[in-house]
Amino acid sequence: MDLNTKFTPETWPAHPERATLEAKNKFVGFWLFLGGETILFATLFATYMALKNKGPSGFGFTTQELYTLPLVFVMTMLLLTSSLTSVYAMYHLKSFNFKKMQLWLGITALLGLGFLMLEVYEFSHYVQLGFTFSNSAFSSAFYTLVGTHGFHVAVGLVWITLLIFRNSKRGLNLYNATKYYTFSLYWHFIDVVWVFIFTVVYLMGVIG
Amino acid sequence: MIKGLKKWRLFSLLAVFALFMAGCGNEEISTFQPAGQVANDQFKLLLLASGIMLLVIIVVVIIYTVALFRFRRSKLGEDHIPEQVEGSHTLELLWTFIPIVLLLILAIPTVHYTYKLGDVKAMEAVDDDGNAENLVVDVTAKLYWWEFEYPDLGIVTAQELVVPTDEKVYFNLIAADVKHSFWIPSVGGKLDTNVENVNKFYLSFEKESEGLKDGVFYGKCAELCGPSHALMDFKVKTLPRDQFDSWVAGMQETAEEPVVANADGEEVFSQSCIGCHAVSGVGESGAQGPNLASFGDRNRVAGFLEHDEENLKDWIRDTQKHKPGNTMPSFSKDQISDEDLDALAEYLMGLKVAK
Amino acid sequence: MSSVAQKSGFGATLWDWLTTVDHKKIGILYLLGGLFFFVLGGIEAMIIRLQLITPNNDLVSAGLFNDLITMHGTTMIFLAAMPMLFGFMNAIMPLQIGARDVAFPFINSLGFWMFAFGGLFLNISWLFGEVPDAGWTSYASLSLHSPGHGIDFYAIGLQIAGGGTLMAGINFLVTIINMRAPGMTYMRMPLFTWTTFVASAMILFAFPPLTIGLFFLTFDRMFGGNFFDHTMGGNTIIWEHIFWIFGHPEVYILILPAFGIFSEVFSVFARKRLFGYTAMVFATVLIGFLGFMVWAHHMFTVGLGPTANAIFAVATMAIAVPTGVKIFNWLLTIWGGSIKVTTPMLYALGFIPSFVMGGVTGVMQGAAPLDYQLHDSYFIVAHFHYVIVGGVVLAIFAGLHYWWPKMFGTMLNELLGKITFVFFFVGFHLTFLIQHWLGFWGMPRRVWTFMDGQGWNLANFVSTIGALSMAIGFTVMVINIIMTTIKNERVGNDPWGDGRTLEWAIPSPPPFYNFPATPLVRGLDTLWIEKMEGSKEMITPAEPITDIHMPHGSIIPMLMTLGLFIAGFGAMFHQETSWGLGVLIFGLAFTFVTMAIRSLKDDLGYYVTKEQILQDQENIKRGRN
Repeated sequence: MDLNTKFTPETWPAHPERATLEAKNKFVGFWLFLGGETILFATLFATYMALKNKGPSGFGFTTQELYTLPLVFVMTMLLLTSSLTSVYAMYHLKSFNFKKMQLWLGITALLGLGFLMLEVYEFSHYVQLGFTFSNSAFSSAFYTLVGTHGFHVAVGLVWITLLIFRNSKRGLNLYNATKYYTFSLYWHFIDVVWVFIFTVVYLMGVIG
Repeated sequence: MIKGLKKWRLFSLLAVFALFMAGCGNEEISTFQPAGQVANDQFKLLLLASGIMLLVIIVVVIIYTVALFRFRRSKLGEDHIPEQVEGSHTLELLWTFIPIVLLLILAIPTVHYTYKLGDVKAMEAVDDDGNAENLVVDVTAKLYWWEFEYPDLGIVTAQELVVPTDEKVYFNLIAADVKHSFWIPSVGGKLDTNVENVNKFYLSFEKESEGLKDGVFYGKCAELCGPSHALMDFKVKTLPRDQFDSWVAGMQETAEEPVVANADGEEVFSQSCIGCHAVSGVGESGAQGPNLASFGDRNRVAGFLEHDEENLKDWIRDTQKHKPGNTMPSFSKDQISDEDLDALAEYLMGLKVAK
Repeated sequence: MSSVAQKSGFGATLWDWLTTVDHKKIGILYLLGGLFFFVLGGIEAMIIRLQLITPNNDLVSAGLFNDLITMHGTTMIFLAAMPMLFGFMNAIMPLQIGARDVAFPFINSLGFWMFAFGGLFLNISWLFGEVPDAGWTSYASLSLHSPGHGIDFYAIGLQIAGGGTLMAGINFLVTIINMRAPGMTYMRMPLFTWTTFVASAMILFAFPPLTIGLFFLTFDRMFGGNFFDHTMGGNTIIWEHIFWIFGHPEVYILILPAFGIFSEVFSVFARKRLFGYTAMVFATVLIGFLGFMVWAHHMFTVGLGPTANAIFAVATMAIAVPTGVKIFNWLLTIWGGSIKVTTPMLYALGFIPSFVMGGVTGVMQGAAPLDYQLHDSYFIVAHFHYVIVGGVVLAIFAGLHYWWPKMFGTMLNELLGKITFVFFFVGFHLTFLIQHWLGFWGMPRRVWTFMDGQGWNLANFVSTIGALSMAIGFTVMVINIIMTTIKNERVGNDPWGDGRTLEWAIPSPPPFYNFPATPLVRGLDTLWIEKMEGSKEMITPAEPITDIHMPHGSIIPMLMTLGLFIAGFGAMFHQETSWGLGVLIFGLAFTFVTMAIRSLKDDLGYYVTKEQILQDQENIKRGRN
């Protein structure tokens, strides 16, 4: 299928994200990539659980004292909501409504930005308490796990911002539909990872 | 004992074959000449495994050789088109099932011995008076030397492990700096000395080391630990229980009545060496340098050099030349004069445990 | 656009190779890069063996020896064996499934450049005189203790190269899933394609743990992390687990494609369909799966406890079953065939006994209590060289001779090939067979020297002589490659005469678009079916010839990797210099900007028109007559 074809909502394919061979490749490839990412985060989780609360003798941080659930709850809500808004965007992608898709993606990005800012605040708060990256094995493992997730969020933000501005003038076509779609896959993925972080790091840290 | 292992005749046959094929290596270091129950169990497992594997190799080689001779194009002609066989379910099942059986024969004793050799419950056992029933040795591996503490006897030594024969000796293993691995090939397999946790296992020494080439078994570090990993040797002296007891008594006495072969040497020692090295055998592990209470009895200088005064003096003058990366400083002529060094060497060589 | 409108001249050629996204050219780049590092690793191996020729030898110092063993292992695994296998996968696998290219030509190129720059980064350590020295396993307590920047080169170099490997893996997976020609069902794929598929899936799941492990090491050494510092609550055993969760699958990632190559070679030169194809595929998948279940058998002596050891011992033994199935299927493939002993076949025939030896010693080490004796002794050195040299390297040499005409359009000399084999094969067994006994006799591995009087002298001497013989064999092969390239006698589609798979149905080397029309696949051994039916064209097209969509070349993959390469130095020196941090940020930013350029600039590719293809095919035909 020619990439320069102009579409109307009627001629727009049901699955624009995998309508061409190139798109299909990207679609499958991205799923596989997320499979690899899963293993990557699994390794980080395993390490975190092994090193949780471990530090030099006499170091004074435990998960119970450190974490504050309300802040993390707000962050969770922001990210979960942003996942929902990205679903709306994908709905408009499939129905070839470019403006609304862009709008919902913009909202997604703003929610993600809010999440990231709260995470920066959280980290700086911990650092002020003396819980720096080099403080202990626990702190190294914590910042690496949660920070890797935060880095993924930041990459996602840059990605979607570039997509939104790059395509704002020329609208939707089969070439960039896959790009939007893989972004939404990615965004769901980091949302799922966050659910695990919320459970394993924060909930189990405070309660367990 | 497992039933499968009772076929001793097969074993002895295989053993003869294996030894004939192999050459047995040197008695003080070869796993082919087991000098204790652990090494012996492992050797039995080796023979069983080799036997099964030899069988597999023979079958493969026979099919392979026959195929290679029978089905050559030079015989069959350039234009011969062989039948394009898809496969055979019967054969597939056959060569799935038979290997499974063979592996089971190996797996059962493997699991048995894994648990048997991993059993250290008796380590904590105490008799009615609260004394430990079994000898326990705490081993600390340090950059290129070994420290052996006998916590229940209150003594500590280095580089040369002394143990009684014909009883289980239990070991607590740890490393003080980087990971090493504790291995006495002819007495039993190795166990790593990790930096963060104590590993426990046992060995039993069933042969006196007296008759061996150097009068000792050889021990090795088996985990890459830096430049001088290859030189991180230790020696093992195995004694009958009564001799061992008198050795222990001798070590305990070094605290009160030190041997002084050369008084000047002792003077040098107390100025330059005593910061790191102790000459009393009473104590705990954790020293900067090897304990020297029984230095004169030992078999090697620095664990691997011939045990004579020349090597000892060379060693003190330039430790890095002999054992790169070790933590002992070298002593120049400004620090210890040649005369003083002679005296020191004589003094050190005289540090013997009275018997 | 190679045959359509090609510029000539050195600059243009160089630019063409730097920017190429053609899978066949990238395959050649991988192969040449791998060969280069194979020579480096081989020189390191020779120095190691020469140092050990006599007791108390002082050819090299203790520190340098550890540099050599570390770099030998790392180079051979990551920079020689894998890239050469990737070379074949790239050059041949798309042809075998009737595809025009891989799924992501751009990422393919990126993967190659990451391997190249990662390897370069690692080896630049020699120029700095601070070389990785904690073994290819780089166990954490020693790697943290090691002074200088040696281990930093290891951590960052492998990180870059490993990223490239991961991309290549995903790329091959998608290619095989999406781009098979019509009729090429999964159960009609040649075994080499199948093993590429399974090995790529293993890469996808095995490399992320390595990435994480290397990050931990980087953080601990360069950024104040405490993952492995036990005084700060860290734990070195975590590194061992992570490393082997990667490391064990890694050896299957190497050996499975090797199995694939031999499967092709056996059936071609026995002129017979692969015996038990279905079982072979199933065994491949099973080995891939079990490969992830057995990592702790590298850690039997770490002190995980008898239960863990027993479980991993039994799991390890289980792998012998599918491997045995493969061996017997190969034997039955040549049984009843018409065996022609060409050079590739010679390697395949040498492989069977060698690999069986390596396999059975593997099972012996799987028996945990026995492994307490064998672990980290020379026995293990013998074992893994038997599987890696006796399996992987023999496969690479077999593949080199087998596919050389397809990749370069000219045949390697058969006589020199056989001379290579004899020297290499005899040398290999001479070197490593005796090392099993060295292990039994108590010699630990990774020792810089050994004392006289331990009964090891003769065996070590024999081993070194064997290594020299391997070196002679390899040198003959290099001479062969040079002579062949100079002579350059062109060959046709199927120079071996017995090709069974699709790559032999098209010219050698293939045109840049591979197939003028996508082929129709009607069964396993596609080309063999066409031959048996007497088809003249050797290919049944699935469609008429139409315009072909091709991707543009791009310099961006190389630039992106260059940024990472620069950033690596920044990370390494940021603690002791003022410019380090700046360089680190600059490098990462450079990579990001090039990536953004790629992403923002539409690359829709170009079309090769039907007329151009027909013209090109006409030229090929005329050239042949």
